Amino acid sequence: MLRLIVNRLLLGLLTLFAVSVLIFVCTEILPGDVASAVLGQGATPEALVIFRKELGLDVPAYLRYWNWFVGALQGDLGVAMTNKRVIVDEVMPRLGNTLFLAAYAALIAIPLAVGLGIFSAINEGRISDRLSNIVTLIAISLPEFFIAYLLIILMAVNVDWFPSLSTVSPGMPIAERIYQSTLPAITLTLLVAAHMLRMTRSSVLAVMSTPYVEMAFLKGARRQRVITRHALPNAAAPIITVVALNLAYLVVGVVVIEAVFVYPGLGQLMVDAVSKRDVPVIQACGLVFAMVFVLLNTLADVLVILVNPRLRHKR
Amino acid sequence: MKVFGQKPTPSAWFGLVVVAIFLIVAVFTPWLAPYPESANVGGTWDEPSAAMWLGADQIGRDMLTRIMYGSRMTIGVALAITALSFVIGIVLGFISAVVGGWVDIFFTRLVDVMLSIPGLIFALIILGVFGSSIPVLILTIAVLDSTRVFRLARALGMNLSVMEYVEAARLRGEGLWWVISREILPNAWAPLVSEFGLRFCFNFLFIAGLSFLGLGIQPPYADLGGMVRENAAAINFGMMAPIYPATAIALLTVSVNLVVDWMLSIDARPSGAQAEL
Repeated sequence: MLRLIVNRLLLGLLTLFAVSVLIFVCTEILPGDVASAVLGQGATPEALVIFRKELGLDVPAYLRYWNWFVGALQGDLGVAMTNKRVIVDEVMPRLGNTLFLAAYAALIAIPLAVGLGIFSAINEGRISDRLSNIVTLIAISLPEFFIAYLLIILMAVNVDWFPSLSTVSPGMPIAERIYQSTLPAITLTLLVAAHMLRMTRSSVLAVMSTPYVEMAFLKGARRQRVITRHALPNAAAPIITVVALNLAYLVVGVVVIEAVFVYPGLGQLMVDAVSKRDVPVIQACGLVFAMVFVLLNTLADVLVILVNPRLRHKR
Repeated sequence: MKVFGQKPTPSAWFGLVVVAIFLIVAVFTPWLAPYPESANVGGTWDEPSAAMWLGADQIGRDMLTRIMYGSRMTIGVALAITALSFVIGIVLGFISAVVGGWVDIFFTRLVDVMLSIPGLIFALIILGVFGSSIPVLILTIAVLDSTRVFRLARALGMNLSVMEYVEAARLRGEGLWWVISREILPNAWAPLVSEFGLRFCFNFLFIAGLSFLGLGIQPPYADLGGMVRENAAAINFGMMAPIYPATAIALLTVSVNLVVDWMLSIDARPSGAQAEL
């Protein structure tokens, strides 16, 4: 089992490396280069030369990648093109905000979705199950901002319970912070809970239709016992995978939600950078997002190995 | 009445009718819309009235007209993306499955790495470098989306390429292209069609989301996500303006999903079988 886990961790590191290469290559495949793309067609040759030098584009690509990669490992993501700020100083507090929001939403969403998913699976075909099937299908197909604006209309405009813009500042007391980010957190919860619920339901159902569960029923075990002792331990692995996937989605899917609520997170920073075409900031944000994503997926796989009853004993 | 030789459920009927309405509106917009695309016919965020059923937008254009043109744009772009993504995904997926060897390994690994970067982030990186224009949008999202199609097509191709009739075609000396287009593709239609619906929904939401962030389809073109963004400020005055285009998006995606859900249930698989998707 230890070997499996170490293998998985190594694979995660390898993926991170590959991802960093891919992100870098994406900014290199331009016809021409970043300088001519950003300055546009009207740029004078002199301006291009100066700008290239400033971006370090006069160095070959593999060297630039190496410098960028080594810098990133040491916590140096470079300097923003537009306002010359040190990128790490901008990214870190915003990453903290984004993770805070994601964790908040996860704390509501995971127990809710997994609980209701199991409930709906063991009540398969009844009214409650069919209702949840339709409701979650609809929730999955709604755009993020639709849910967000509906919530704003309902809970910030009609009744003045929550603010429609979440203003979060560094020195804020934790209670105020939670209050301010409640609406975005509820929106995120609705978005991911539906998907988690459906997947939980189908993975419990998949286990319930296996021969050993049928065997347990046939030998006369009570329904309660079959579900808690036979079905759920084996359904844990797929559920964890789904939860982790959705956590990863939480961290990334916040981009749109942050825009709606003007929440000062990493997503906002990236969107701003994209509209200003500030390539170093885009690369940095992309790398951080991808890192969180890969990390969560790796963590999920390790957890799956840990909870799998079949891997617990030595062969 | 039967559709595809099956009797639709009530929710599937709802979906089919709404999708049909959207398609008709998208195709015949210039003849159906009550006003020209960008005519100022009212004041800022006018209330809905008999002349303007959904009121006016942030600079006094008719909301219903804008939604119709916006739907035309967003649906058109999303369809183009999905079609391109399927062409890329299916061709490469089947080639991977049939040829195997290092070709297969190369594409599978590439897709694995691409999928380990979240799609939206990947798209933002590319748009940040290339700038946002409709061809760039279509190409970028199509390539990103084709990774998912690739996986499905490769899995289907793997299952089909070991069939006797494919073997027979190979033995009688048919080329790669014949095997893919005449032997494998016709037998992979059913799952690919329902996947097309799902991918379309995903791409439609994706492009709407990007436009909402101001990084997708750019003004002066009307598109649904951009309209939500432009009208967002109205919500602070308790007005419904951004809700209308957002509802149009929601209505279409929910309907397509209802239809796809019904199509999947026709296969009459045991309820647990969906878990492996």
